Amino acid sequence: MTDKFISIEGIAKRYSGAGGATTTVFENLWLSMARGEFACVIGHSGCGKTTVLNILAGLDAPSEGAVIVDGQAISGTSLDRAVIFQSHALLPWRTVLGNVSYAVSSKWRSWDRAKVKAHAQTFIDLVGLTGSEHKRPSELSGGMKQRVGIARALSITPKMMLMDEPFSALDALTRGTLQDEVRRICLETGQTAFMITHDVDEAIYLADKIFLMTNGPGAVLAEVVENPLPRDRGRTDLHRHPLYYALRNHIIDFLVTRSKTFAAETPDHDPRNVPLVHVGKPELTIASDAKPEPSREASWPGLSRPSTSS
Amino acid sequence: MSTSLRLRAGLVSIVLLAAFLGIWHLATRSTGTTTTMSPEYAKLMGLTATQGKSAMPGPLDVGAKLWEHLKRPFYDNGPNDKGLGIQLAYSIARVGTGYLLAVLVAIPLGFLIGMSPLLSKALDPFIQVLKPISPLAWMPLALYTIKDSSVSAIFVIFICSIWPMLLNTVFGVASVRKEWVNVARTLEVGTVRRAFTVILPAAAPTILTGMRISIGIAWLVIVAAEMLVGGTGIGYFVWNEWNNLSITNVIIAILLIGVVGMLLDQILARFTRMVTFPE
Repeated sequence: MTDKFISIEGIAKRYSGAGGATTTVFENLWLSMARGEFACVIGHSGCGKTTVLNILAGLDAPSEGAVIVDGQAISGTSLDRAVIFQSHALLPWRTVLGNVSYAVSSKWRSWDRAKVKAHAQTFIDLVGLTGSEHKRPSELSGGMKQRVGIARALSITPKMMLMDEPFSALDALTRGTLQDEVRRICLETGQTAFMITHDVDEAIYLADKIFLMTNGPGAVLAEVVENPLPRDRGRTDLHRHPLYYALRNHIIDFLVTRSKTFAAETPDHDPRNVPLVHVGKPELTIASDAKPEPSREASWPGLSRPSTSS
Repeated sequence: MSTSLRLRAGLVSIVLLAAFLGIWHLATRSTGTTTTMSPEYAKLMGLTATQGKSAMPGPLDVGAKLWEHLKRPFYDNGPNDKGLGIQLAYSIARVGTGYLLAVLVAIPLGFLIGMSPLLSKALDPFIQVLKPISPLAWMPLALYTIKDSSVSAIFVIFICSIWPMLLNTVFGVASVRKEWVNVARTLEVGTVRRAFTVILPAAAPTILTGMRISIGIAWLVIVAAEMLVGGTGIGYFVWNEWNNLSITNVIIAILLIGVVGMLLDQILARFTRMVTFPE
């Protein structure tokens, strides 16, 4: 790893339950991201994905460990890290423009009203909401609300964007359009993005790196999968790429079986050196790596060669 | 559709009112038996005995008297004979003063309690004990310490209207959606600005609901308080007219208390609508 723009170093989160018992959601979690990278975290509910994101955002503090962003350990929230919430979290008593302006005027306190408004308008236009500036959130559809959430996050020109399942409450069509928008904006602005998702296809389309987490409690980051698809991939022809199914099957295999059995099968897993997986073409992978399961191998098995990056 | 519903509802209301007035009128008609007696004795006995007139005034009597009052609402013929407008103004002024003082105390205090779990837990026993006390129970203590009957009445209004506002403010502030607070936190909005730009607007509908309950209670209590304190006000007027055995005036006062109470409630309802946001 040359450029560690974000480095999560050995964080843990524990909750004390009744009677002095502590529940460990995860511990000794190490994770790093380069500048301009788009990362997706996939894992089952309860593995602590949202907690990791909240710690990154500064909304939650780790029980142990530290998070370093751009060379500095974070303490609390920051305008450098914008959050797009799952439930969009718009202030319902403010208009679209009011919601975005609130963020803008929070970042640049000394700006006058006209400057704030003009800046907010730029980002409203960017997400394609021109003409709806004076509507209130209750008058908007779910997709439009999330667009406002994106505009609000982008308007403060953050160093990175944190997204907690931002599109999970949207219908498939709207989700697709918004994924396109987010990808376009992130590519154009070189934004570093960290996103939690349940949607494997969403991760494949958007992410440069996909972090796979095992089931909680006691969840660990099992592997980092590098997305082999070309950077100029499109949503419509994504599934035609020869590596698409290998990647998809690898992730689904992980979610279906390996996320449960990972800890038992990999006792020597080193959380500081999580294997970086390059998914290759099935013809080229070495079969000995895979579990001998002929029926699955006959179809696209999604075999992979874990290799530790150095 | 909705206009026709409103029209029909209005019609039913008018029919009900007419029926009520009709029954009232029939029930208070002069139907009693009259006895013959010497004129001097008859003077003492009044119209009930001599003409069989009901002691309860009919709607026409009340209407005529009400018209008289409405024509001259602000006359002042000394301590026991003031116009209804003056009496109502005294009551509204007391309610307004006590209520505004309660707003000034309850809303900032409720904000503090709602935002601080420590204060919330520490003050809870006091609030729980003080809340169910009938406001009139404070009256002797207020009279003894304040030594002014009019200020005591204001104190009683203050103490009775503070609780619903305080509790609603605490509840409203404490139950502001976590995600809205998180938005402010991620934007590094300071505590004071957060209180005014996120928590206040989010809690405003709940706070206004508390204020609406309070104004209703304050208006209920002022009548009782003024009956005790005496001197001026619509509550005193009711009691004074009862001592005068003027049931007509008592009925008029009851009607006016209801109308003013409704107006106060409507004003607060309008404010509540102004701060309510659709989600």
